[in-house]
Amino acid sequence: MSLFTKFASLAQVRASLSEAGVNPVGVPIEKVLSPTRGMIGGREVILAGTNNYLGLTFDPACIEASRAAALACGTGTTGSRMANGTYAGHLALERAIAEFFDVAHAIVFTTGYQANVGTIATLAGPGEVLLLDADSHASIYDAAKLSGAEVYRFKHNDPDDLSRRLGRLAGRAADTLVVVEGIYSMLGDRSPLAEIVAVTREQGAWLLVDEAHSMGVLGAGGRGLAEEVGVEAQIDFITGTFSKSLGAIGGYCVSRHPELELVRAAARAYVFTASPTPATIASTHKALETIRQRPALREQLWCNARRMYAGVKALGLRVGPEPSPVVATLFDDRQQALAAWRELLARGVYVNLVVPPAAPLSLLRCSLSAAHSEQQVDAMIEAYAQMAAALHIGSSARTVAASAARA
Amino acid sequence: MVDSGNITTVLMDLIQPFAGEGPSITIDADLVDELGLTSLQVMEFIETVEDRYDISYPLNELADVRTLRDLSRGIERQLRQ
Repeated sequence: MSLFTKFASLAQVRASLSEAGVNPVGVPIEKVLSPTRGMIGGREVILAGTNNYLGLTFDPACIEASRAAALACGTGTTGSRMANGTYAGHLALERAIAEFFDVAHAIVFTTGYQANVGTIATLAGPGEVLLLDADSHASIYDAAKLSGAEVYRFKHNDPDDLSRRLGRLAGRAADTLVVVEGIYSMLGDRSPLAEIVAVTREQGAWLLVDEAHSMGVLGAGGRGLAEEVGVEAQIDFITGTFSKSLGAIGGYCVSRHPELELVRAAARAYVFTASPTPATIASTHKALETIRQRPALREQLWCNARRMYAGVKALGLRVGPEPSPVVATLFDDRQQALAAWRELLARGVYVNLVVPPAAPLSLLRCSLSAAHSEQQVDAMIEAYAQMAAALHIGSSARTVAASAARA
Repeated sequence: MVDSGNITTVLMDLIQPFAGEGPSITIDADLVDELGLTSLQVMEFIETVEDRYDISYPLNELADVRTLRDLSRGIERQLRQ
């Protein structure tokens, strides 16, 4: 049994999460009713932990494109892009993504995870250096492990620390790839990208930005944080996903460097896996057009995000550092976060529970959607208020304490 | 000349905020199994060490670091380079 010994602490965590009710890790959504409504435990709930920022999963045009592609091309490609898995749709989507970002080169990957693993582990290799923001997504850390490169971290969102660490590499900046994210998925905070760009340019390093949570969310054209702060021309590589704003599954890397085509041939996460299904490619292509044509979706998303962030913050709960479509609420420990998650679900709101060891902090992650109505957002805030009162946290704790002091 | 005794003393000092009150810190205590650091805390501790010595300690060499003695040897190696 020695192979399983190392899972003892994980088993303990899983057991504690499963006590008394629905297991929050892998909760079954019995029926999906819309981008924002589903059935869990036999009851209808508001879905607010889905990353479905623009609510396009049920967009009629995307569904129709997907259906037509399945009818025309079948359910799967059954092969790698390097073999039998490149259809006209894959090439058309790559052209559309490159055009969307106004660069010459784009690669489509089967998942967003593979986009990071394939791109980063291929760009940096033995004898070269990866310098990661400390709060980077697991796919970036896994890419670093696979790369064989020397791996260092800099303090989260700290350009001065990045500068210091690049300086210590003494002349190796030209062999260094710096990796940051547009919006960080845990706390919803964004990278100080203009400053990060300035440091990497000054020291001659390369820069990759993962816009997984910011594409379709930031920028006048929805291209992400690099567009929003006007530094697109200075970014070497942008990666992202189809599984958030675009409502499907898959990933991409775009670049102005023609050598990206060589990365395609060398990226094992691209070569040794089956390509995305025709239906996925078709709905993603349609969703990309929708992002361009309907900027009002982005405005609605931000309207909902600001409303939710302000509402939760006003309850005295600890939230992320800035308004964002990811509204994180922080808790003292795993048990308190779990109790809060159960309270919210009991009140008809599903959010994501994030606890160690998956993340260093215990938190609830609520992701807003353009498809949430104002009434739904208000109902969610009310559920948070009731949860805070039940757990005696936030302003409700202070009110109780004040009452006790008066008594 | 690198003074390994001095490095050990500095490391024992630097690790205190990460190890907390519980176990007694020794040069051969396992950082994770005995001192109770999480993998994230190990990375944060290494960053503190990097700043103290103005060196770069690759994360991919951490698999070889189980104790402060291992880390001390690694730092000596870095300082000699």
